[in-house]
Amino acid sequence: MDFSFSDDQIMFQEAVRDLLANECPPEVVRAAWENDTGRTDGLWASLAEMGVVGMTAPESAGGLGMDETDLVLLLEEAGRAALPEPLLEHTAVGIPTLAEAGGSVAEAWLERAAAGEATLGAGPDDGYAPGAATCDLVLLIGGQIRAVPVGSASLVEHRSVDGSRRLFEVDGDAVVLDADAALAFDRAAAAAAAQCVGVAQHLLDTTVEYAAQRFQFGKPVGSYQAVKHHLANTALKIEFARPAVRHAAWCIATGEPDRSRDVSLAKALAAEAVDLAARTALQCHGAIGYTFEYDLHLWMKRGWALSAVWGDAAWHRNRIAEALGM
Amino acid sequence: MDLSFTSTEEAFREEARTWLAENVPAEPLASMDTPEGFEEHRAWEHILFDAGWAVVSWPERYGGREASLVEWLIFEEEYWASGAPGRVSSNGVSLLAPTIFDFGTPEQQDRFLRPMARGDEIWAQGWSEPDAGSDLAGIKTRAPRDGDHFVIDGQKTWCSRGAFADWFFCLVRTDPDSERHAGLSYLLVPGDTEGLEARAVGRLDGEPGFAELFFDGARVHERYLLGGEGEGWAVAMATTGSERGLNLRAPGRFMAAADRLVGLYKELAESRGSDLGRRDQVVSAWMGAQAYRWQTYATEARLRGGAPIGSEASFMKVLWSELDVELHATALRLLGRDGERADSSWMDGYVFALSGPIYAGTNEIQRNIISERVLGLPRR
Repeated sequence: MDFSFSDDQIMFQEAVRDLLANECPPEVVRAAWENDTGRTDGLWASLAEMGVVGMTAPESAGGLGMDETDLVLLLEEAGRAALPEPLLEHTAVGIPTLAEAGGSVAEAWLERAAAGEATLGAGPDDGYAPGAATCDLVLLIGGQIRAVPVGSASLVEHRSVDGSRRLFEVDGDAVVLDADAALAFDRAAAAAAAQCVGVAQHLLDTTVEYAAQRFQFGKPVGSYQAVKHHLANTALKIEFARPAVRHAAWCIATGEPDRSRDVSLAKALAAEAVDLAARTALQCHGAIGYTFEYDLHLWMKRGWALSAVWGDAAWHRNRIAEALGM
Repeated sequence: MDLSFTSTEEAFREEARTWLAENVPAEPLASMDTPEGFEEHRAWEHILFDAGWAVVSWPERYGGREASLVEWLIFEEEYWASGAPGRVSSNGVSLLAPTIFDFGTPEQQDRFLRPMARGDEIWAQGWSEPDAGSDLAGIKTRAPRDGDHFVIDGQKTWCSRGAFADWFFCLVRTDPDSERHAGLSYLLVPGDTEGLEARAVGRLDGEPGFAELFFDGARVHERYLLGGEGEGWAVAMATTGSERGLNLRAPGRFMAAADRLVGLYKELAESRGSDLGRRDQVVSAWMGAQAYRWQTYATEARLRGGAPIGSEASFMKVLWSELDVELHATALRLLGRDGERADSSWMDGYVFALSGPIYAGTNEIQRNIISERVLGLPRR
């Protein structure tokens, strides 16, 4: 039993954190809300250059041969920065699923995806595929996995409350992949959970910072116990969600028999953490947090979206109940 | 990161499980907060000690087997899953012993640790006073020096199992002119000291689980001073780190209770049918226990990497104490008309769980610690 990450894993996390701090400030996220694609100008290429985009691909396909335990820290960073790029769909779900499936689809797409030359999208079969218009191949995950090339598909776009998430209904000629759909779903749920933790951490950090410098009645509002306890409760939720999320990543990487149950544990805890973080952040900011100009809502709305996708807390709690035989 | 257990850890688990299956009493013992139950639990501590299971993580010379922290967590998982009795010696073993290891002289370590581990000497904590609870630095009990003795006058209260304990670990004011955190010392007080009277107080369950301690010129030799004279606050804070954190309430206890709760739901669902609302409450409790488990193993890795337990212990204290209440409250609701019956272990557990958010620093104090010392919010 060893919960520690290796020096290499920590260094990779720090490198990605530095990159995102420089290249993904709130202005960049805000720009993605307003442009045609919902994505950034050049960040995906920077991430590809660092090896992040294709890290989960086997080395034989040009990737780094890394697994979920390597990726989970980077997903937390992506959440922390509200990165508007398809790290979940492409790197956490698309590439490992194609690698598992093999065959002609993998032959056609895997190496290009690993190199960042082709982008993979993903969505639940009965839901939306975010950013599908900027992708080349979309995986629709239900009882089976259908791979739809975007070039020949029809797309219907909807707006998300998070302006950088462009939601698409995807319909078109599909190839059914020879891959485990339940595993692909769990990869997505666990990745969403990791991003939820990152979003929640950012919401907490910025709210702590704000509460320490906002004065009312001659004192920082963060010195009042009512505010302190809101923030302590949020910190508690994050503290107890994060290890469960990392454990879920390990379960996927090693094929643990209780994988689905423990991915559900992670997603339910992370969803509850980010939901509380968003509520607390808004309440402790007061009216300034309720404005469109202030950056807080970029994270709040990302949190709302990620909490709900790939099974919300209630859905995953039901799955846990069934796994426990109740 | 490797979250599987090593073959050594698995072997340790198997050995513990096998021993517990063969040795745990078939019938539950009487409550440890009654005179006869206290002695039954003491006898169980002797059995555990003689088989090497009382203090697995301690050095061999004091009766331990030098188990790693992970192995201790494994032992706790197996211990509580086996339905073994509560640990009557836990205040000494979990709260005082870490302080003796850190601050005790070699003579004190040799004198106290082994009898404590075997349950030959059972310890109770004498910290709170009628006017000093959460605000521990407000204690008034005086113990000025007189030659090689300290002379204690004052009153302590809420001493769990203090009515039966053999020894007390007390925080007292050895400098009578001092205030707040200064001038305090940590004294180990024999229960039979002249001038010390312990009077039982009925707890919420009606049993004499609490005691008040009255000191009237009680003389305690300086060899029982733990840490430096006047340095009691620093020594005491080392103990609170243990109390709130890893040592007192390991996840295994709550994992076992959550598993029993899942079992109770299934058993009742067979006769009454499913009830999705209550089922979700059961899931909530199960999730809390699992979240605590993984957070504890993650903390173990941090500690092994050299990090101090520090204020993060407050996270654990809030989590386990509120989880314990939730678990038992859910069980009582599941039981329906039988929920209010006094003869159920779930009601006993519920009444006990309600003390958790109060003792060891109320959860309001813990949330202050989290917000000020972990998050860095301004104190005022």
